Amino acid sequence: MAKKLMKGSEAIGEAAVQAGCHLFFGYPITPQNEIPEYLSSRLPQVGGTFVQAESEVASINMLYGAAGAGERVMTSSSSPGISLMAEGISYCAGAKLPVVIVNIMRAGPGLGGILPAQADYFQATKGLAHGDFRVLVLAPWSIQEAADLVQDAFDLADYYRNPVMVVGDGLIGQMMEPVEFYEDRKPIKELPPKTWASTGWKRDRPKAIINSLFLDPAELEQHNFDLKKKYDLMERDEVRFATYGSVDSADVVIIAYGTVARVCLSAIEALEEDGIKVAMVRPITLWPYPYEAVREVAAKAKDILVVELSTGQMIEDVRLALQRPRPIHFHCRLGGMLVSPEEVIAKVKAIKAGESEAMHYA
Amino acid sequence: MPEAVFVRPDSLTDVQTHYCPGCTHGIIHRLVAEVIDELGIRDRTVGIAPVGCSVLAYNYFDCDFHEAAHGRAPAVATGIKRARPDLAVFAYQGDGDLASIGMAEIVHCANRGEKVTVVFVNNAIYGMTGGQMAPTTMPGQSATTCQMGRDVELAGYPIRVAELISTLRTPAFVARASSHSPLAAVNAKEMLRRAFKYQVEGRCFSMVEILSTCPTNWGLTPAESTKWLEKTMLPYYPLGVFKTPDGDDRAPLPRKP
Ligand SMILES: Cc1ncc(C[n+]2csc(CCOP(=O)(O)OP(=O)(O)O)c2C)c(N)n1
Ligand code: SF4
Ligand SMILES: [Mg+2]
Repeated sequence: MAKKLMKGSEAIGEAAVQAGCHLFFGYPITPQNEIPEYLSSRLPQVGGTFVQAESEVASINMLYGAAGAGERVMTSSSSPGISLMAEGISYCAGAKLPVVIVNIMRAGPGLGGILPAQADYFQATKGLAHGDFRVLVLAPWSIQEAADLVQDAFDLADYYRNPVMVVGDGLIGQMMEPVEFYEDRKPIKELPPKTWASTGWKRDRPKAIINSLFLDPAELEQHNFDLKKKYDLMERDEVRFATYGSVDSADVVIIAYGTVARVCLSAIEALEEDGIKVAMVRPITLWPYPYEAVREVAAKAKDILVVELSTGQMIEDVRLALQRPRPIHFHCRLGGMLVSPEEVIAKVKAIKAGESEAMHYA
Repeated sequence: MPEAVFVRPDSLTDVQTHYCPGCTHGIIHRLVAEVIDELGIRDRTVGIAPVGCSVLAYNYFDCDFHEAAHGRAPAVATGIKRARPDLAVFAYQGDGDLASIGMAEIVHCANRGEKVTVVFVNNAIYGMTGGQMAPTTMPGQSATTCQMGRDVELAGYPIRVAELISTLRTPAFVARASSHSPLAAVNAKEMLRRAFKYQVEGRCFSMVEILSTCPTNWGLTPAESTKWLEKTMLPYYPLGVFKTPDGDDRAPLPRKP
């Protein structure tokens, strides 16, 4: 297919359709309304189903039903709506259901604001809901990457039988960029048939029970260990990141993800012209986190700068990556305010001049 | 060879349930299973267990099953049915599950006219968690969170779910039945049969509210429980068909008992 100029929200919707997702359940919330709006008219064209649910609580439980019945299914929402889905996501993880959840993050807490933020990093990577579980978290920085990652998300969800979350900030939803969908796209994993799904029991397989309840603690412990094995595999095989700039000898290495990383890249290019060597590590999977990549590039850099649209949620993972106490410089904008290239340039120059106060972690 | 006149329905598994003596959850399971057998739909039926005493229903029904989050069975049913419209999908829910935490899901599932069947077991109490007040607990009925009896000044009156759902404009089959006597059970089975039939024919959403006993949390013997249901619940929760897709609806509020 030729490149087409698309809005991020539409590209995300179309990517789901291209990935064979025929069901979408969701509840309106800014700034992601264009995803359900697009799919409400697009899905019927491919024989699919769009349901505007009564709430995000209902949406995620509709996903639980549809995914349990063996179909590819997606919902999208923004921060407060994701909070409401928490219980249901935990049930999906416990029942080993492949579902794809898109979070176009907005500023919080509470009702917060409707403008872009990265304030749900902790929620997505550490504490999506109760219980001992993980979800793969993919963070695109462009519309093309959003389209690609959404398609990959369905394969990964099916392969691991686990929820996969795609997080973007409001810019990812609203920007327009050329996007290409590949007609002969193959799944990125070898996917076995879903013999576990509740498709009506014809006695040709074990009875399907889509369930997260284990009253016997020994059984539940085993279930927890089994899930953990799966998460270990994800940590081993699914880490994604990209590096930019002078990764072998940087004055400053920037760690940033999503559209913030794009802003940083413009800054890096300008800084290189001024003879300042800057590298960047961009996590594409927020979980599993690219600890090794961050450690390696940081080891060769004089200073470390984290740039985020939150008060420093990702710094905790950067600290884990470094494995030893090192000063970390930090720049953020909050509440829907955006980081500009000029701010990043100024920050890097301040670091070089010894005028930036770093955070020291013992 | 003697003829078997009473056998376990194929749609029930050959295991002992965990229900208390005299609890009518088991009877209602059986009625649902008989209907599934008689309609010949077991191999395309998917059930949904609630969170409540019937949470383990997936062990008792011999068909594919989902276990839903508390109150969300109608949303799960929606997801299954929309994914596979050829399936017969039923949600089995208690009164705390459906009429309290899951009130939004049941109303909107019915209002969208999802072609699913909801078996709503109203025992006027939270059975599983130890006898707390439910939205359906009777005025004056004591529960562990209203030990002096339900005070309608503070807690309002019990919700009549069948009546409430039947006010929706969307075509549906809505009925209330009971399980306290053999005759009531025969009637309940007929209501369930109609409910499943409407679904299988692709006609409409269907829900049968079935009054049920909870001897354990009512603090009564099984025999006293059926009498209490008859004396206290029946006048407030009248039996009958409240709505059919053919439009022969009954007045939403019951006449004086
Ligand atoms: C989100 C959530 N809140 C509360 C509970 C605890 N809980 C389990 S069952 C139940 C009430 C069940 O009562 P009912 O639906 O009437 O079913 P019964 O046991 O009477 O058949 C509650 C409150 C839960 N499991 N999940
Ligand atoms: S607690 Fe009540 S509803 Fe639950 S099994 Fe016992 S009698 Fe039945
Ligand atoms: Mg109850």
